[in-house]
Amino acid sequence: MGAVMVVINSGTEIEWRRRTTKKQIGIWLGWLVGISIILFAWSVISEKTVWFFVQDAPRQAADIGSRMIPPKWSYITKLLVPVWDTINIATLGTIIAMTIAVPVAFCAARNTTPHNSVRAIALFIIVSSRSVNSLIWALMLVFILGPGVLAGTIAIGLRSIGFCAKLLYESIEEIDESQVEAVKATGASNIQQMTYGILPQVLPTIAGVGIYRWDINIRESTILGLVGAGGIGLQLNGSINTLAWTQVSTILLVILVTVFISEWVSAKVRGAII
Amino acid sequence: MLKLSALTKRYDTGDLALNQVDLVIPDAQVLALIGPSGAGKSTLIRCVNRLVEPTSGSATLNDINLTKLSSRALRKSRRKMGMIFQEYALVERLTVMENVLSGRLGYVGFWRSYFRKFPKDDIKEAFRLLDRVGLLEMADKRADELSGGQRQRVGICRALIQDPDLLLVDEPTASLDPKTSRQIMRLINELCSERGLTAIINIHDVLLAQMFAQRIVGLANGEVVYDGKPEGLTPEVLTQIYGEEDWTATIEKVDEEDEEE
Amino acid sequence: MSSLSDKQERHYPSVWDKPPFISNSLLRWGIILGAIIYLIAAIASMEINPQRLMEGIPRGQRFIASFFPPNFADNRGVVWDGILESIWMAIISTVAGIALSVPIGLGAARNLAPFWVYITCRSIIAGSRTFPEIILAIFAVKLFGFGPFAGFIALSLGTIGFFAKLLAEDIENSSESQAEAVKATGANWFQWINYAIQPQVMPRMIGLSVYRLDINFRESAVVGIVGGGGIGATLNTAFSRYEFDTAAAILLIIILIVMVLEYASSYLRKWVQ
Repeated sequence: MGAVMVVINSGTEIEWRRRTTKKQIGIWLGWLVGISIILFAWSVISEKTVWFFVQDAPRQAADIGSRMIPPKWSYITKLLVPVWDTINIATLGTIIAMTIAVPVAFCAARNTTPHNSVRAIALFIIVSSRSVNSLIWALMLVFILGPGVLAGTIAIGLRSIGFCAKLLYESIEEIDESQVEAVKATGASNIQQMTYGILPQVLPTIAGVGIYRWDINIRESTILGLVGAGGIGLQLNGSINTLAWTQVSTILLVILVTVFISEWVSAKVRGAII
Repeated sequence: MLKLSALTKRYDTGDLALNQVDLVIPDAQVLALIGPSGAGKSTLIRCVNRLVEPTSGSATLNDINLTKLSSRALRKSRRKMGMIFQEYALVERLTVMENVLSGRLGYVGFWRSYFRKFPKDDIKEAFRLLDRVGLLEMADKRADELSGGQRQRVGICRALIQDPDLLLVDEPTASLDPKTSRQIMRLINELCSERGLTAIINIHDVLLAQMFAQRIVGLANGEVVYDGKPEGLTPEVLTQIYGEEDWTATIEKVDEEDEEE
Repeated sequence: MSSLSDKQERHYPSVWDKPPFISNSLLRWGIILGAIIYLIAAIASMEINPQRLMEGIPRGQRFIASFFPPNFADNRGVVWDGILESIWMAIISTVAGIALSVPIGLGAARNLAPFWVYITCRSIIAGSRTFPEIILAIFAVKLFGFGPFAGFIALSLGTIGFFAKLLAEDIENSSESQAEAVKATGANWFQWINYAIQPQVMPRMIGLSVYRLDINFRESAVVGIVGGGGIGATLNTAFSRYEFDTAAAILLIIILIVMVLEYASSYLRKWVQ
């Protein structure tokens, strides 16, 4: 925040203040409004809360926690296929998303868009894909395609288009134009300028964004089973509903390990590419 | 022969970058364009290959009026104008070889260029040029691994592989140290005389301009204020181009210094 | 340098191929083959049933058709309540999450914290990042009962993993020399944080908190599906009652609010810098 130095010469003494009085009042006012919003938000939430349950929560937590130990290790054999499905949902979903996100990003970037109206459409695709959570996409797709891995994959794909395209088009807008200009000066056609001047500059970003999103998608696809869209979430939901807590803890551990491995893999691949 | 007549450029912001510039450059002449920042040097050479669209006036290269060309014909004419840039403007993530070969983009079709399947003669020529500038071993290095001087050599190869009639050179030494600057200027000069190229070289450094150009054009506020031999650059002329300053040290002869490389 | 005529006689190769990305050809083909095999296996596991897909097409058309026109009128009260609840939930969980993130983020910065604090804070962050908000919400609902409080807890915990991690990274990347200069004046630990670290990381953190508010609002639309309150509960009800036109209206409202938040955050980021 730009702190303005103000030196006021009041009589003989020189006084230094960080901000002008007016600005100081504005800041206090900002705090006042902010805090009242927070207090109001809190009052709304607490009104709808049954405090008895909240007070009971620590005891509940201890109870559930004790029921989770020890994890039911033998259950892991039944989790292998769901984990395999979860990884496939994430990978294929990311591939679908990237194949659509790259052209959308080129349409959305100011310096490569064919026309402003195309840009507006591309930006709308990006924001609507981003706004709707993958679980909601999955909910809708299960209605259309029936429950299964396919619905989950497409849901992940649809959700990721906006995320990937947004990061990509921002990086396309930040490319070094002089490199494109140099290619243009050789007499290259528009599409050659694209493949020689622009693409090499954004290729690392394309790879990086894809891997980054894949990493996120592994996490996201662990929950799609809640609405029947495949993956390990189905087992999680079932185990919680039947109060099979030892299975729940096993599933959580498996998710933890899967996510750690995927994070390690993505870091390795990113290091190798960029 | 390159002929500029009444070439004018007014930017959207209202700045008049070029004002009625008339210039005739005969074949095989190396011309240095000097002048303060913002005098319109960059705009002038960009108006020739129309990276910047001139507002009015014309630029004619070998009887082709460049300012009137359709975009297809313009691309064809751009092949005959090699350009060398201030910050090298290499595509940094491509290899040296790809950067050199990108000079042939105007000659080969899209798919050929996409799969990097350039004609045999182009590849031979690329290797020959890289050898000429002493970078043969660097062919498969990525451009961002090279030093400034090496990058500019690659930039020169990219311009020359176009087999140009005209070289447009925009501040080739601005990002280089003094010694490399001279080497690069000497190289450009040698190559121009080997191939009988016409060249316009924008340059900040008056000394380098005097050393390497046959003709000097001084630009101030978008207008030509000096056009003549390097020896004609007197303190008075420099004052006219750049404004008031003590110029005596700038135009001293520097031949002795030059030998020591 | 050899003379020019000498050079012209040399023979130059007339073929050139771009050096492959992975120079070891065995490794390269291994990776390509592995990727192809994996893709085939993964696509096979999708159990794509053409017949079912064909059946799905008219169903999908009907489904999408039933979205239009979006119905803002019926259930207006419920939708409005849900939206407001989501907004309040997003605000309060962002504030609480950030309040918790600041100490954890400071503790997770290697250049500030002693080793055991660093490890503890990093573990908290890793735990919070691993599990999606929905899983946190499932447990919060089990512990705190249905309603926005559970959603609030889940989103606050989710915020920690995001915010504390980025804060810690930002602190680790901040300028060493500025920190040293302030330390050299004899400042104590809090003064040091206040004068050397805070000014460096503050602008980005303000931008990130608006971004997180945006995420929390979007997430609040799904924690409701598992009973965590907010617009998600309304949306879930609309789906299960087959009131797709209301669902469409809710989705449009969510998109609109996200757009507004996005615009606000980019504006704020510009203003802060």
